[in-house]
Amino acid sequence: MARHGITLSALLSSLLLAVAAQADEVQVAIAANFTTPMQQIAAEFEKDTGHKAVLSFGATGKFYAQISNGAPFEVFLSADDETPARLEKELLIAPQSRFTYAIGKLVLWSAKEGYVDAWGEVLKAGEFRHLSLANPKTAPYGAAAIETLKKLGVLERVEPRFVQGENIAQAHQFVATGNAELGFVALSQVYKEGKITSGSAWIVPANLYTPIRQDAVLLARGKNNRAATTLLDYLKSGKARAIIKAYGYELVKTN
Amino acid sequence: MYNADLGAVWLTLKLASVVTLLLLLVGTPIAWWLARTHSRLKGAVGAIVSLPLVLPPTVLGFYLLVAMGPKGPVGQLTEALGLGILPFTFPGLVIASVFYSLPFMVQPLQNAFAAIGERPLEVAATLRASPWDRFWSVAVPLARPGFMAGAIMSFAHTVGEFGVVLMIGGNIPDQTRVVSVQIYDHVEALEYAQAHGLAGGMLAFSFIVLLTLYTLNPRAGRVGQ
Repeated sequence: MARHGITLSALLSSLLLAVAAQADEVQVAIAANFTTPMQQIAAEFEKDTGHKAVLSFGATGKFYAQISNGAPFEVFLSADDETPARLEKELLIAPQSRFTYAIGKLVLWSAKEGYVDAWGEVLKAGEFRHLSLANPKTAPYGAAAIETLKKLGVLERVEPRFVQGENIAQAHQFVATGNAELGFVALSQVYKEGKITSGSAWIVPANLYTPIRQDAVLLARGKNNRAATTLLDYLKSGKARAIIKAYGYELVKTN
Repeated sequence: MYNADLGAVWLTLKLASVVTLLLLLVGTPIAWWLARTHSRLKGAVGAIVSLPLVLPPTVLGFYLLVAMGPKGPVGQLTEALGLGILPFTFPGLVIASVFYSLPFMVQPLQNAFAAIGERPLEVAATLRASPWDRFWSVAVPLARPGFMAGAIMSFAHTVGEFGVVLMIGGNIPDQTRVVSVQIYDHVEALEYAQAHGLAGGMLAFSFIVLLTLYTLNPRAGRVGQ
């Protein structure tokens, strides 16, 4: 009996230690387009600060629904600025924590070399079966794609060939597997160190769509978590900004 | 209800009907064979048919997307036949759903066929009924509860399909945007009122289907045993 008591207390204390060690852990919800840069930033963050970032990737709209229904996220990196603003209005974030961590760029991309020309003329020629994009109702990059097609005057013509990904990651996957010949994706998904990593692409000129300002917020739940506030500061650091830039995002000038 | 929602409902019912009919055609011979064979392949075939019961729909959806895509074997075949590729099309969804709902047709049928046993068929044979005649005049009428259960379960299971459709559908109105995907969209777009309308409908539908099944045939509703 006594032996059992000792084992039990040993077990309990090791559990307590584990809990203490995990106290500096932060749960982060991240818009799908920021997946690869965030993985890199989180690795550096963990190395530099000793805190641990637990990452969840997905669609911005879905995260909004989950956060407003009590999801345990402490930091949210949105794909737009409207969703964080709405969360702020609903008092679900720490006051004044909202800032733009990246400005996203839209790109028309094909996995095939030479398929997309440097001016996006392929859209007007219209010789493709499927044009992939993220659901414009819920994903900012999808909405930007619609805006672009409207400005180019080809929306009606290409709309019957739309295939919609649930989020930008799926829109990219439809093109990457060749099921759609081309699609509107986030530049960060196909861009590394100053060039397109594979296939062919047209980086959509900024005057064709409203800038995709991606805001980060400290959620109310993370207010007292040191790892959460440290992570948000880290996102503004030179190191993180360099990573964000390397994936083709624009940055807001720091004062 | 909104037009887009009605379109999704109609598409879902169309998909489930086509799939159920196809499954009756495909599932019956498989179930018949499984119920009566002594072949060593019986275990393997039975296992393959039942795979969708245990596999996550994402696995099935992922393999179908890759296989039916332009670089996959099925995709290359359909392109060579001039049919184009199957993902993002209604026929593509039909094929995926047939795989997905196969065990829901085969298992009740197989159980029903096995329950008949050898005797009624042997008796029919002594009356000079041909194998074809024995199947249609003896086995099918006796297996009627199995057909009912298989058809109802396949239909309902196809209506409830989500993961596979999300993976290969591409969310195209009147082609691949079924009710479950439409509900998901409404929730993501924060249109909770519309989501409630459709989701409540699905709940009522599913309950009525199962209630019918268990009332008509208390034993046949047990799929997966």
